[in-house]
Amino acid sequence: MPRLIEYRQAIREALDEELARDPMVVLMGEEVAQYNGAYKVTQGLWEKWGDKRVVDTPISEAGFIGMGVGASMLGIRPVMELMFWSFYTVAWDQIINNAGMVRYMSGGLINCPIVVRGPANGGTGVGATHSHTPENIMASFPGMKCVCPATARDAKGLMKAAIRDNDPVMFMENTLLYGEKGEVPDNSELPEGELFIPLGVAEVKREGTDLSLIAHGRAVLTCLKAAEILEEEHGISVEVVDLRTIRPLDEETIFESVRKTHKAICVDENKPFCGVSAQIASSIQLHCFDDLDAPVLRVSALDSPAFYSPPIEKLQLPYPDVIVAKALSIC
Amino acid sequence: MAAAAKTTPKHADAPINKALTRDDKIKLFRQISRIRRFEQISLKHYNAGKMGGFLHLYIGQESVAVGCVSLMGPNDHVITAYRDHGHALAVGMGMNECMAELFGKKTGCSKGKGGSMHYFAPDKNYWGGHGIVAGQTPLGLGLAYGLKYKGLKGAAMCFMGDGAVNQGAFHESLNLAALFDLPVIYIIENNGYSMGTSQARSSSYTGCLAQRAEGYGIAWEQLNGEDVYEVRARVQVAMERAHSESKPTVLEIATYRYYGHSVADANHKKYRTKEEIERYEREHDPILIWRDHMIKEGILTDAQATEIDQEAFKEAEAAAVFAEKSDWPDPSEIFDDVYWEVDNQTVASQSGRHFFND
Repeated sequence: MPRLIEYRQAIREALDEELARDPMVVLMGEEVAQYNGAYKVTQGLWEKWGDKRVVDTPISEAGFIGMGVGASMLGIRPVMELMFWSFYTVAWDQIINNAGMVRYMSGGLINCPIVVRGPANGGTGVGATHSHTPENIMASFPGMKCVCPATARDAKGLMKAAIRDNDPVMFMENTLLYGEKGEVPDNSELPEGELFIPLGVAEVKREGTDLSLIAHGRAVLTCLKAAEILEEEHGISVEVVDLRTIRPLDEETIFESVRKTHKAICVDENKPFCGVSAQIASSIQLHCFDDLDAPVLRVSALDSPAFYSPPIEKLQLPYPDVIVAKALSIC
Repeated sequence: MAAAAKTTPKHADAPINKALTRDDKIKLFRQISRIRRFEQISLKHYNAGKMGGFLHLYIGQESVAVGCVSLMGPNDHVITAYRDHGHALAVGMGMNECMAELFGKKTGCSKGKGGSMHYFAPDKNYWGGHGIVAGQTPLGLGLAYGLKYKGLKGAAMCFMGDGAVNQGAFHESLNLAALFDLPVIYIIENNGYSMGTSQARSSSYTGCLAQRAEGYGIAWEQLNGEDVYEVRARVQVAMERAHSESKPTVLEIATYRYYGHSVADANHKKYRTKEEIERYEREHDPILIWRDHMIKEGILTDAQATEIDQEAFKEAEAAAVFAEKSDWPDPSEIFDDVYWEVDNQTVASQSGRHFFND
């Protein structure tokens, strides 16, 4: 029988296994230890690993993220939680200039093996300041890597790859997914003895022949729902490509899908201006121009700050009907 | 003309200074002279248009870096801001690689990718060279965190200017340093001006800038930086605190820069008087003060001191020739040193696209 676990537990397992594997791995962040994590991702880890390996920090993002970056230069491997990725704004200089640029500016003498992780999503009625989706922003900096897992399985396997990576990895989770259960094999079932998913490898989450939906994070699940509707109600066979990692980006899997279906819609929860889907759309038109039977379309969050009022905010993020309508306009 | 040494005998007699051999003292004189000459030669070439960007000169402050760095043991580390040439040479970086970096050449310490503000030498426990004011202060904290995590008896000396004390990152760092008992020493090199704004116009404080540490329960001290003896004697106390108690310290070291914030600072003779600058050069110059010590102690004759200074001058001139003759970086190097995994052609680098130029 398949093992179903929550997305948050999958991440917790990855953290736990990496704490066990490498004594240089340290978890730090606000409420990650004694409180067990604001979203319970780190539940039980402080009790198991103690003060040295799981560290509560004050509400001081610039300070503790910068501290982690500095420690990583000496070979420590901090996995730092932003309670909300939205708080990256107050640690911007430490993340971008220090973690992101120090390797280049030192001519390759230094590297920062850090992970910054936490939820990066809207849709929870917490207002605009807590609803940012900065994957496009982080991925726009050469030197950075950026991961947005949609499922529990991917979250676990990608977290392990992120922690072992020797470059700074921005790992973006989703509060709306933390409680979602998914199939995650137990290590004992795996030939390698662990679940490890390399960065930079997309996955076709659903195969189809008429249209490619290209998405990441929670938008993948929205696309899967839209694909079902399109199949059942309109007889359209939809392929869903999950990017999983934004940078490095598996373009080949995208192009392969588009070359098969000849139509593409890029879906993300970013705002439209310079969102991830803009980058993907640009790449598709450049590399698959002759394969396309329709313009590449995009579905993104509506172009305003996040609305607080819950029923209105729901309309701001891509939902299946919007994707279905876009699909029908070209299919 | 030798300046009158202001040091009280107690600093020269501190055990850490008593332990200096004749050769150690000469080495300190050589270092301090090399930094001065390096920067004078770099200024000449900057003014001749050989360099890009900014050139923040350390001239006048040399005793601070040299004194502090001379206290370092194998597990002590240094990080600083953009006025970083002095610390770099003090930890043992070569003039050639440093000068070539200013010229933007391939042979530069950062392969021409960092420039004046971004010198690094991890093999010498030197972690830069950082351009954003106070941006390095959490990193210095992290170095201390790493030392403590690894169980090493060391200290992270994090240098900063007086203009950096009003940045939030510094205050967050102080809180964390005290909270986690980290062996970091924040060394405020107070040259009186945050660019063109005097201390009185930029900072609100009681007593002195370092005294802000009191609010965080951190030990602090204010000292004069013109004399290497004083710097060593008093910074050593903070080093001891870091090594044996794993506790932070904030030091404020009074110093003075003869040139502007950067060479491009056109106003530096407007926000302070010519007389003020000349008085420092005459009465407080760290090189003249150390030279005076050497001569009075019978360690060097005036002629020998001049010879060391001339050697430093020649070395700096040779470094400029080296830099001038060195090749520019090759455009093919633009995509090197972005990702560790790509540079090292690891398995992780094989999946996915890392660069998006077309």
